[in-house]
Amino acid sequence: MKGSNEDSAQSVNGSSIKITDVTQDGDTLTFAITSQKSSSSAGVCVFRTYEDFEWLQQGLFSQEDVPGLQGVIFPPLPSKPLPSTSLSQAKALKQLGFLALGDEWMIYCKALELYLQQVAAHTTLSKSKALYSFLNSSESPGKQCGKKGILNRLSQAMEEMRKEGHKDVDEFFQSERDSSTNLSALFKLSTEKFLDVVLNKQRLALACGHFSTSLHLCVNQDNPTAVAFSKICLKLSDIIEAVKINYEKVSDNDISTLGLGLDLESRYQEAKREMLFRRTCKLVELETANRNSERAKPNKKAIMEGVQKATQKEFDIISSVAKQEIEHYHRDRVSLLRDFLICWCEKQLSTARESSALLSQHLDACKKFAV
Amino acid sequence: MTAWEPPDRPRSRLAYCCPEKMAEDREPPPLADAVQTDFREVEEGEDLFVSTVSTAEQLSPTSPEPASFPAEDISTNSNGPKQEILLDDDQEDLFAEATEEVSLDSPEREPILSDGPSPAITPVTPTVIITPRVDALFDRSLDEDEEAEENGDTFDMQITVSDPEKVGDGMNAYMAYKVTTKTSLSLFSRNEFSVKRRFSDFLGLHSKLASKYMHIGYIVPPAPEKSIVGMTKVKVGKEDLSSAEFVEKRRSALERYLMRTVNHPALVKDPDVIQFLENTELPRAVSTQALSGAGILRMVNKAADAVNKMTIKMNESDAWFEEKQQQFENLDIQLRKLHASVESLVCHRKELSVNTASFAKSAAMLGNSEDHTALSRALSQLAEVEEKIDQLHHEQAYADFYLFSELLGDYVRLITAVKGVFDQRMKTWSKWQDAQVMLQRKREAEAKLQYANKPDKLQQAKDEIKEEIEEWEAKVQQGERDFEQISKNIRREVERFEKQRVKDFKVVIIKYLESLVHTQQQLIKYWEAFLPEAKAIA
Repeated sequence: MKGSNEDSAQSVNGSSIKITDVTQDGDTLTFAITSQKSSSSAGVCVFRTYEDFEWLQQGLFSQEDVPGLQGVIFPPLPSKPLPSTSLSQAKALKQLGFLALGDEWMIYCKALELYLQQVAAHTTLSKSKALYSFLNSSESPGKQCGKKGILNRLSQAMEEMRKEGHKDVDEFFQSERDSSTNLSALFKLSTEKFLDVVLNKQRLALACGHFSTSLHLCVNQDNPTAVAFSKICLKLSDIIEAVKINYEKVSDNDISTLGLGLDLESRYQEAKREMLFRRTCKLVELETANRNSERAKPNKKAIMEGVQKATQKEFDIISSVAKQEIEHYHRDRVSLLRDFLICWCEKQLSTARESSALLSQHLDACKKFAV
Repeated sequence: MTAWEPPDRPRSRLAYCCPEKMAEDREPPPLADAVQTDFREVEEGEDLFVSTVSTAEQLSPTSPEPASFPAEDISTNSNGPKQEILLDDDQEDLFAEATEEVSLDSPEREPILSDGPSPAITPVTPTVIITPRVDALFDRSLDEDEEAEENGDTFDMQITVSDPEKVGDGMNAYMAYKVTTKTSLSLFSRNEFSVKRRFSDFLGLHSKLASKYMHIGYIVPPAPEKSIVGMTKVKVGKEDLSSAEFVEKRRSALERYLMRTVNHPALVKDPDVIQFLENTELPRAVSTQALSGAGILRMVNKAADAVNKMTIKMNESDAWFEEKQQQFENLDIQLRKLHASVESLVCHRKELSVNTASFAKSAAMLGNSEDHTALSRALSQLAEVEEKIDQLHHEQAYADFYLFSELLGDYVRLITAVKGVFDQRMKTWSKWQDAQVMLQRKREAEAKLQYANKPDKLQQAKDEIKEEIEEWEAKVQQGERDFEQISKNIRREVERFEKQRVKDFKVVIIKYLESLVHTQQQLIKYWEAFLPEAKAIA
């Protein structure tokens, strides 16, 4: 794409990005994404698959003209969606957690939407050509073979794990790394536990459904007492149905607010850890370069010093970008969690009120029920 | 499991009675198997049949001796084989075969062998434990009382079972419960009084009532189930949640049992009941070591089944009975299904409580580790909210269980009692028929005597026959009266039962709804308290 002078015209209004539709064709999901530029009110709609998202993420990783790119906390892309058959339902849950729940991939779409919005809101990443292409190009960019990012994922390289514990030269970063490790584990645990709770509620809803159906089958018109008993069974069936619907709503609320929020937070924590790890790797590289430079024989000394200086510069830029990123991160995550918590609470409150009203009605009706 | 082996003799008799059961794939010895199935949870009719036949065998059913064949008293015949089968060297309990729990006691489906040696061990002959009291006097007075009841006397009686207290130590320990009665009925000497009773006292009461009233068609509420596992835990002093739950479940069941019993217009007037409620000291019911209320009923029904399958099918002249029996069969199936559904519900609720507690803990840890102050606070509040919700879930599971599961369980056991009563009617009918057959034979014998060739013995024989004929005529008349009486009683009992059933369910549903509404309102309070905390995150 040409036109770096078109940069200002390219900036997209982050909050306008919406995933409006998703269709499933066999194993592939296609997402309809609409967005508006900040300068105009005209909207653009494109269709993308998961591969396109991966292409975008790789594109963001591999931007060349961005100094200190490694210090950026990249918004986390959700894992690949598995089309849910009965076999992969358990697998999907394991891989995607909360994103596998909810009707018709709604939660997953929301997560993707948030991803795009976060990318578009990022001062550096929003300027990426990949993003522009992704949001506007009528052709599916994922088909183009993009450069693979130079950045390794934390989980992949085993030998990299040793570097994770490498002591830092900067107190700020050391404490960030420590708290990150700690918090990320705790958030992951909480997300898992919360998922257990939600799945349990869904099972309860199912059990209520069975009970309600069994009651419905207890109808018998043989004599007046049997009729009276049947009425009672039907009444109870209605009540249990109400209980079931309540459970379904409660678990839906859980999934769409706190569940999504915890999932996002977990993944964002991972992204932060990855950034810190990249910086640590750079630090190791720098320390190695320093040592090489010191030990270098006179003929190599100049080269080594050159390397050392370059590495030092890179490291400093990365560190300064990282510091900024961390500050933004702290601010953003707090406001994100806040929003999700408030939303969760409000939804549960509203559901509880509805349920209470309905059950009270049932109670009044039952009390009047003449025997 | 008791290690005794049955003697060989009954086995062949068993083969005679049910050849199809002697299939090769059946594990030998069949009788042992049958009795062992008694000890396990037996639900298939087949297994039951095998064991009932073995039981009924001992009663020498081939000879019609109605007089010595009272309904529930299976072991009156002191035949040799019977004693041999039941009595082991260590076995004091005559009713070893009656020691199974009814299937609805879900967590404790284990066999009841015996509670171990009890202080008052005396081998008691059946006639002492259960005496059939076919008192005509009783019949009449009961009828009068029932009519008085129907004239609209208000029933005012409240029984509570409370304060379970462990008495004694080790395996001889038992739980004593306080039984408090509040009533304005003139049957009782005071308006409010309480006594201490132990579980076997309740069983003893039930066995007495069953022996007195079942054979005349009264639906006697079954006593709660015995449980080896539960009780052993309590005895060895295991102070955990499950034994506390067990004691509470039992306490509640005993209370319901008593309330059902005194709700019966005839039973509340029974001297045994009055004695049970009023007397400070009660003679220890020794034979109930391993006897349970429903166990008796099971025994009764099994014997009845056996008898029915061996005698001629009853010619039902009254369609009402046939219809009702079918309805109760259907109801039985429906209630069992419902019970299973509720059990599953309760299971999930308990699981939810555990999961919520686990989540609350992890949220609390988050709150502690979080650096941002307001967020940390909010997360800690979240943890608290979830803990409270966990508590609510726990209470709700309690409500589901104690209300529905126990109610459904009670009713399935009650229906067993109802079925038992219908079987009693059949027995009464067959008794009557047998008397008629006997009378016919005597008359034929008399006719034959007319043509006898021995004149000197003739007169004596004729007199004897005449006496016997009179005797049997009386029995036939009594048999017919009994049959009509039991039919009448059953009709009334069933009507009362059906009305009571509707009432019971309605009461439970209202209680359940109230607990549901309460839960929701608590939830509202919690969420309203949490919202400002969430909003305060800056």
